[in-house]
Parts: sequence; structure tokens; C-alpha cells
Amino acid sequence: MTVVTDIPDSPLPSARPRTNRTFAGMAIAWLRANLFATIPSTIITLLLLLVLGKGLVSLMQWGWLNAVWSVPDSNNTAACRAVRGIGACWAVIPEKLRFILFGTYPFQQQWRPALAVLLFIALFVVSSRRWAWRKELALVWAGALALIGLLMWGGIPGLPFVSQDRWGGLPVTLILATFGLAFGFPLGILVALGRRSKLPAIRSLCVLYVELIRGVPLISLLFMASVMFPLFMPDGVNIDKLLRAQIAFILFAGAYLAEVIRGGLQAIPRGQHDAADALGLSYWKKQGLIILPQAIRHVIPPLVNTFIAFFKDTSLVLIIGIFDLLTTAKTAIIDPAWQSFSVEVYIFVALIYFAFCFAMSRYSRSLEAQDSHAAR
Amino acid sequence: MRISLKDRNFSGLIWQILVVAIVIAIIAWLWSNTVHNLSVRRISTGFAFLGREAGMPIADSWLPYSPKDTYLRAFIVGISNTLRVAVIGIVLATVLGTLVGIARLSANWLLSRLAAVYVEMLRDIPLLLQLLFWYVLMQGLPAARQAWKPVEGVYLSNRGLVLPSIPLDTANLWVLLTAAIGLAVTFFIRKRLTARQMLDGKPRHSWPYALVLVIAIPALLSLMLGASWSIMLPELRGFNFVGGLTLAPEYFALLIALVTYTSAFIAEIVRSGIQSVPRGQWDAAKALGLRRSFALQHIVLPQALRVIIPPMTSQYLNLTKNSSLAVAVGYQDIVSIANTTLNQTGQAIEAIALIMAVFLTISLGISFFMNWYNARIALVER
Repeated sequence: MTVVTDIPDSPLPSARPRTNRTFAGMAIAWLRANLFATIPSTIITLLLLLVLGKGLVSLMQWGWLNAVWSVPDSNNTAACRAVRGIGACWAVIPEKLRFILFGTYPFQQQWRPALAVLLFIALFVVSSRRWAWRKELALVWAGALALIGLLMWGGIPGLPFVSQDRWGGLPVTLILATFGLAFGFPLGILVALGRRSKLPAIRSLCVLYVELIRGVPLISLLFMASVMFPLFMPDGVNIDKLLRAQIAFILFAGAYLAEVIRGGLQAIPRGQHDAADALGLSYWKKQGLIILPQAIRHVIPPLVNTFIAFFKDTSLVLIIGIFDLLTTAKTAIIDPAWQSFSVEVYIFVALIYFAFCFAMSRYSRSLEAQDSHAAR
Repeated sequence: MRISLKDRNFSGLIWQILVVAIVIAIIAWLWSNTVHNLSVRRISTGFAFLGREAGMPIADSWLPYSPKDTYLRAFIVGISNTLRVAVIGIVLATVLGTLVGIARLSANWLLSRLAAVYVEMLRDIPLLLQLLFWYVLMQGLPAARQAWKPVEGVYLSNRGLVLPSIPLDTANLWVLLTAAIGLAVTFFIRKRLTARQMLDGKPRHSWPYALVLVIAIPALLSLMLGASWSIMLPELRGFNFVGGLTLAPEYFALLIALVTYTSAFIAEIVRSGIQSVPRGQWDAAKALGLRRSFALQHIVLPQALRVIIPPMTSQYLNLTKNSSLAVAVGYQDIVSIANTTLNQTGQAIEAIALIMAVFLTISLGISFFMNWYNARIALVER
């Protein structure tokens, strides 16, 4: 056995090019790899930079440099009119802010819907934490929704009663979406179970319900709620417009959520059913304790995506004249003095919707990432 | 045989009878209320009103229509308007969505980031809000006299988008019909040729057939019939355009909103579809010495399509259903016309039943076609 002792540290000159470790060197390397790797890529980069630069410059000019941020008084929009077409009139936002957010809710009482919105957000944040996914969450939801109802309606000493035809804006959007989910979710679970049931009559009823609701546009359901529903009721029963729309939303959400949950149910291996049966569990115990907890965990990311779609779809009540966030925005600019500044108002409202939906979609993606990480 | 509630079959039967009875009871109750309410309000049910004169103007229609026509005719115009926006929307959204989806996978950082921003922005804002936004922008465009003219013959103004058109008469239609039949026959021949190639392995080409059937024969027919294919440029007369093809601002806004919104979802579907094909498939194709375009067309795409088609179907259905938002900007699709009918005649049940019937038919049609296509490209296990 020979012991080789005199091997030089590096017999050959390094094959790798010497990397420049300075910040500028790394930046250049990154640019070459990601923006100018090939000739077509370079052409695309330059073209995009040109278009993007032009777009950003004109957006800056319109939205910032030439924009009007305030007007002397609420009917004097001369400053805004002067820059029409070349600059934005952001003054419309503070002017109409309270109306856009809370509609015709009594002005002095608008802290109540504001508090309700905060409660909604707190409820969503709590529900998104993993440690909160237990049975008690249902109680938290029931409590929070009851508290929100109390805040909005009032009727107790200190909180004067506010009828729901004066509600408007963001709270109405959140109410439609949240109550729709809170009631649509249990409905969806029942329908999903029914669709996978061995009992033919129940299965066909569930299939009929899901396919009928999913086959027609939401607008036709809302029309049904606003025009046909009064025909369905006996004399003297008059259900409020908001509640009718809410019922339509619950039925709508139930059908879509049922399909997502059904996907989760299908992913549960047969052995889980067999094991539950072998333990002698009844049908409801088997579903409630063994199958559903696993199935719902499987489909949480698609469920969140359904929530996003549903949240956006609440804006359709505009068409049947319910004052949600989009309707108040559209109504705010009927005011002749502010009529021509709808783009600014729409951008503002779009940002609110975007904030909610973007938070949800980020959340769904982080859940997916955690799941695929845990699966490894 | 003992009957007990513990018996699964027996309790199942009880459950079914119970649920069906409750559903029937609810429907019967609603039905009797409805019949009562209708008789109180003196509304006669039935579809007899379809034969009456509609008296409703329809601004934008490709079918001949006047307010003197019947409600039935108005409904047909509404259906054609829905289909017009849905079919063109589906085609454009597929093209745009595929481009954006591929851009998201680009090695170019700027391009893929921009595509991601596009997708995220459009997906997280309600479609109705986007539609209203586009419509307001459309109304803010200059008047017809100061129309913006990017290319000769194309004008964009608050009257909508005006494009050059080719006026079609019977001769043109015959030629187009012949070409379409020729195309169908070519596909059939191609299928037969491929089947024969499978048997003996000799390559056969279908392009000579295509040349004759799709180009030569229609061209000959066109000469014989003397069909003219001259392009008609729109021109400004007074305050509006004459000639050419006009896309009304309502239609144009709806089309842009539907196409951009749906393309964001399609982009995500295309991206995940392409990503679902393992890298090894590319490498294997390369190792076999196949060109990149050949590998994409014959190896990667067929596998990606299997993942792409089912969610794509539901996006197409969504686009079709979302086209009913037209009512918010006053484009007269089937929902808008049914709504006007409902207000004029009070026939709420019939009008809404018609909307539902139309959308269920369209949905079933799209599902049927996509399922057929899906079965065609599905994995054939040998």
C-alpha cells in the first residue's frame, strides 16, 4: 500500500470561469441569465421594456403628476374638469368614500358597519389558522355572525334600529359572501354525500339540483329570487329583497361547494369506508368522524378558490338593485358634479376587491405549498 | 324475514321516501301559491305570448329584426347575440390564454413576471366591475369624427370598433360552404390514410387532397359563379360610419371583458398542463433525435392536453354563462331580452324558464363536444 502524500492542492487550473463576487457582477450575471440569454429573449426584453416604460410614464402622468387630489368644496369640480383626459381626479374618493363603503346607512351610526367589517376580517383571519380547524370554530362563526347582525340591525338601547334596506356598501358584500358560505357549506356537504349515496332517489335529486344550478347563469337565479320568489309565497308573506338574494346565493354556493367536496370524497380510499364499517359505525358517524374530516382537508385549496369566485360573484346583485360595494360605487357617480370620474371610483373599488381576493389566493397557494411539503 | 330499522336496506328505503316526500310537498306548496298568486294578478300562464308583437327595439343584431316582430323572433335574436359573443369569446380567450400561459413559463424573467401580474390582476377583480370599467373607457373614446385610426379602414371611437368587411351574397356563401365540406372530407380522407399507414407502414400524404378539395374546387366555383371578394372599407359620412363591420361599444366592451378575464384562467390551466408533463419526456424525445417542434407537437402537447381539456371545458361554460352580464351594459343577449319581456308582459316564470332552457342547452352542447374531444385524445391503453 503506497501512501501518496505530495498531491498538489489543485493540479489543474480551475475549469470554471472566475465568478465576479461583487454585487454588480452578480447583477450582470443574473441579467444575462434571465433577460438576455438568447437573441430572441433579448428582443422580447427590449420590446417589453419599451412598452412598459411608455405605459408606466403615461400612467404616472395620469395618476400622479397631473392628478387632482382635493377640491375646494364638494360641488366645485372645475379643477377636475380642467385636467379631464390627462389627469385623474382622486378628489372623488374622499368626497364619496363614506357612501361607497357604507351606502345609505345613517351617517352618525356608520361606526357600526365599520366595526362589522373589522369583525368579518377578524373572523376570516382566525378561520385561516390551522389551529382553529376544530369543531369549536362553528360556534365562533355562529357567535360572530350573530354579533354582526346585532351591530347592523341594532334595536337595543344605545343602538337604534336600522332597517336592512338602508344597509349598503362593503358590509353588504361581506354579508352576502359570508352568510352564503356559512349556510352553503353545510348544504354542500349534504348534497355531496347525497350525490355519492347508494340510494337512487336521493342521488338523482342531488344530481338534478347541482346540474340545474351549475347549468344556468347566476343572474337568472338572482332574477328568479327578485321576480319569481314573491309569486312562490303565500299571501301576506313578504320577504325582504336582500334576504331573497341571500337565499339565491346560498343555493348557488351549495351546488358549487358540493362539487368541490365531492372531489375530496372521491379521493378517500375504499379502505377507510371498510374500516369504519368494520368498527360498526353508523352512516352519519362514519361520514362525520372518518370520511369528511379527511375529504375536506384534501380540498381546502380548491375550496378557497371557490370562495374567491363566490366573493367576486356577489357583485352581480348590482343587476337586481341591491346596494353592495359595486352598486354604491356606481351610484356615487350619478351625482352630476362627479359624473365623469367613474374610472377613478372603479379603480378604487377594484383595489378593495383585489385586496380581499389576493389575500385569499395567496393563502390558498401557501396551503398548497405546505401540503406538498408535508407530503414529501 | 324480519324488518327492522337497523337493516340498512330498510332504513335506506325509509330515508328515500321521506326525502322525496318532503321535496314533493315543498314543490306542491310553492306551486299552489304560485297558481293562486297568478290568478289574483290575472296573469295567464303559457307560452302564447311568444306569438305577440314584441315592440321592443334591438339595436345590435346580425339577424333581420324590427320591433314589429314577435317575441319569439326577439328571443331568437337574443340567442344569436349570446352565441355571437360566446363563440367568438371562447376562440379569442383560448388564443390569448394559451399565449399568456406559455409566457408565464418563459425563461425570460420580465415576460414571465408580466404574465403573472396579468393573471393575478384579472383573476382577483369581479368580472362585472371589469365590464363596467371597459364600458366607461369605451364611452370616453373620441366621437366618430375624431375616431382613432390605427390602420387604414379600422376606426375606434365611442361608436365602437369599425372594421373592413367582405360583403357576402349567395355566391360567396356557396363557395364558403363548398370549402367547408371540402375541409370535412379532407379530414375524413386523412383519417383513412393514417389507418392504412398503420397497416403497412408506408407514409401517405393528405395535402394533395386538401389542395384540390379546399382550394381548387371552391376557387373554380367562385370563378363560375362570378363571386366578388372585394374588401369594403368603412367611411365616415356625417356623424357615423357607413359600410364595414361595426362592433357596437356594448358588444366590444363585453367581448374584451370576457376574453381578458377568461384568458387569465385559461393561462393558469395551460401553464399547469404543460408543467404536468415530466421533463423526462422532453429529454427522451431529444435522445431519439426528434426536433423540438416535433417533440412539442407529438409528445408533450398530447399529454398536456389530457390535463388541460377538462378544466378548459368548465372555463368555456363559465364564459358562456358570464356573457349574461351583458344586461349590465345594455347589450341585448338572451337574458336582457327575457328581462325586458318579463317587464313588458309579466310572464316571469316563462321568461326565466326560457333563459334556463337556453343556457342548459348551450352548456350541454359544449360539455358534449368537449367530452367527445376528451375521449378522442384520452390515453389509449394498448
